[in-house]
Amino acid sequence: MASHSHSDKHEHITSYKTYLIVWAALMVLTVITVYVSYVDFGTMNVVIAMAVASIKAALVALFFMHLKFEDSITWVFALFPLGLLFLLITMTFVDTFTRVVVP
Amino acid sequence: MAEAGIDQSHDHHMDPATEYSSSKLGMWLFLGTEILLFGGLFAAYAIFHARYPEMFYEQHLELNRTMGAINTCVLIFSSLTMAMGVSAIKWGKQKTAAILILITIICGLTFGVVKYFEYSAKFSHHIYPDTSIFFSLYFLMTGLHMIHVFIGLGILAVVFVLTLKGKFNAKYNTPIEMGGLYWHLVDLIWIYLFPLLYLIG
Amino acid sequence: MANHTIAHDVYVPFLEKKGFLSWILTTDHKRIGILYLVSTSLFFLVAGIIALLMRFELLTPASDFVDPHTYNVLFTLHGSIMVFFFIVPGLAASFGNFLIPLMIGARDVAFPKLNIASYWIYLLGTAILLMALLKPADTGWTFYTPYSATTNTDVVLMTFGVFVLGFSSILTGLNFIVTTHKMRAPGMTWHRLPLFIWASYATSVLQLLATPVVGITLLLLITERTLGVGFFDPAKGGDPILFQNFFWFYSHPAVYIMIIPAMGVISEIIPVFSRKPIFGYKAIAYSSLGIAAISFLVWAHHMFTSGISETAATIFSFLTFLVAIPTAIKVFNWTATLYKGSIHLHSAMLYALGFIFLFTIGGLTGVFLGALAADIHLHDTYFVVAHMHYVMIGGTVMGFFGALHFWYPKWFGKMFNETVAKIAWFFIFVGFNVTFFPQFFLGIQGMPRRYASYPAEFESLMSLSTYGSWILGFGILIMVINLISGLINGPKAPENPYNSLSLEWQIPSPPPHENFEEIPHVTDWSYGYGKKKELEV
Repeated sequence: MASHSHSDKHEHITSYKTYLIVWAALMVLTVITVYVSYVDFGTMNVVIAMAVASIKAALVALFFMHLKFEDSITWVFALFPLGLLFLLITMTFVDTFTRVVVP
Repeated sequence: MAEAGIDQSHDHHMDPATEYSSSKLGMWLFLGTEILLFGGLFAAYAIFHARYPEMFYEQHLELNRTMGAINTCVLIFSSLTMAMGVSAIKWGKQKTAAILILITIICGLTFGVVKYFEYSAKFSHHIYPDTSIFFSLYFLMTGLHMIHVFIGLGILAVVFVLTLKGKFNAKYNTPIEMGGLYWHLVDLIWIYLFPLLYLIG
Repeated sequence: MANHTIAHDVYVPFLEKKGFLSWILTTDHKRIGILYLVSTSLFFLVAGIIALLMRFELLTPASDFVDPHTYNVLFTLHGSIMVFFFIVPGLAASFGNFLIPLMIGARDVAFPKLNIASYWIYLLGTAILLMALLKPADTGWTFYTPYSATTNTDVVLMTFGVFVLGFSSILTGLNFIVTTHKMRAPGMTWHRLPLFIWASYATSVLQLLATPVVGITLLLLITERTLGVGFFDPAKGGDPILFQNFFWFYSHPAVYIMIIPAMGVISEIIPVFSRKPIFGYKAIAYSSLGIAAISFLVWAHHMFTSGISETAATIFSFLTFLVAIPTAIKVFNWTATLYKGSIHLHSAMLYALGFIFLFTIGGLTGVFLGALAADIHLHDTYFVVAHMHYVMIGGTVMGFFGALHFWYPKWFGKMFNETVAKIAWFFIFVGFNVTFFPQFFLGIQGMPRRYASYPAEFESLMSLSTYGSWILGFGILIMVINLISGLINGPKAPENPYNSLSLEWQIPSPPPHENFEEIPHVTDWSYGYGKKKELEV
């Protein structure tokens, strides 16, 4: 089914085909992340797992949630919370793991 | 930034285009707050995983990876059907949209059933939220997530009934789309919870 | 679609419709603003009376008026009610609600029903929190672990009340952000918006994004107490300082939620009563956003002596200095606006000028506290108490009182007695300084905060501070009586008593239910004073 615009506000409607392709990609990525967890990459395991999860999340956000076609203000408010989260985690990490533990 | 071209002559009604884009922005803003709500738990997870890597590895083996994987697939599939449902109503296909929303709801309920079995198994092994830091995180993160699944199911149930009643069409379908956005958030959070809790390498 | 015009002889002020239901079920932003105004003001007065009780105890060194435990309860009540019931919602929800649609040329906010729901949630939250506080609660408004996780008072109820209040804050912020983006009148570009709108926008972003973090923190505290979770309990492998990190991640931006709207008010009052355009419009506008952004970076400066790492402390100390920059930008621009202006010392202007002076003191002393080395000595002393009250009373409350006096004619359609207002201001200004300025010295000399009794050497300054509190209380009493009597038998207010240029002053006082006969078409900013260019409406 080809995607075609509908109302006067040039609204983009995603086709079923696009969604099915995205879904297939998500399933493949899920399989990959399960498989990788059985291989010992050391500390890289967490990094790979988070990277794969982020790709999946991006696919859900961009296509299922239509973010790819939204305006810049929506992008700002979609990304800013992630930035804040990164800040919270990073700085709490810095504090917790640079403390000098008195024996 | 586009300025609003609004006809506000009639009480508080906005013109449909402004109402639609306002609802969408409002929902994205609300999803941002949900990200930060879970964010505290993700931050706690990061700290404690870094502090107690062995505890996290060993204790996570108690979790049932198969059930976790099934739930992941169920949620991702439900996001697919939800997204398709939104496109369907925008093409004016009320019946198709209703069916797709119903499938989404069924998937959500399935998720809940699987989680019920998971939790029961934990409790029968005397594993509770206060058993250890890892299991505190497990129960709190999946528990808060489950609460949001229920909220999402509630929203979708209302949307489903209204769709059956013919309230939505190609011109007006905002609640379906907004319910869909909320549902996708539930999926998004699980996409991170699954590897963090079930797949510690 | 035809614009329907409302003929003047059917102008119905929004206050006309009477009856309890017409208030509690209203979706009119102007009425919702009054609901918040009345509620938050009442709580302000209650918490203020509690403060008077606290200061009365501190008149003498011994704990002879109340015992130490009761004193703990008093400062918990005072802090919690002031922070959660008054100052966080206060200016933003009351004046924000009233002014935002009027200033941008809209008939209401984006989600009117969500707006009244936010108010009901606020009421619910205050009811729950008040119940908990009166049980009593003794953790201070900051309920740090491990005390809050182990004390016998009803911390679960208390934190649940705060959680509910947080929801109200989030939804109000959400509403205002969408309103500002989507409902500006034709021609009202971002750079023509009144500066109060820029300030409200920055505040709303903070309300929206910072509050959820304290939400989850509160939930975690509840699970510590009810489910035995141990994130903050060292015996279970947890970390009590983690609570503080999460708590202040919200609570530091929260103090900017408190001050930024007041700064917006000052930006509105100063040009009107200087008859000059605001100096540095864009600088002030973007500095509001700058303050909001930087406010997320500095939270651990509340924790310098809690046991955080030296690395973290150093980083946060450095970042804390950054917030002084956008703040100073505002102070310079306001002062530049005053320069060579035609100054009219209306009571609202007195509050605005008082703000600039007192907030500068508060802000500068914040820089002292942000300096890591100094803070080691000053943390948890009266220096902090003085600093915070200079910014919160000298800042926010001055802004709040200024807003009350400035928009009073517009909101209520009446005029208060201007002479009495000036007299009240005088007592408030003097009383405030007598109360809190000595506290800087007490802090430097080592007097700790939250203590019911103290060594005799501090008695002279402590009792001076108490006398000041009586002068301050007296001034507020006069102000309140004056404003209320204006409502009852003050003269009717004209449409534009101060010849202001922003949109809310171009419609009747009080405004009609739908705000504007026709949605205005905006062609200029609202600060064209002294230039013979009027805002076309």
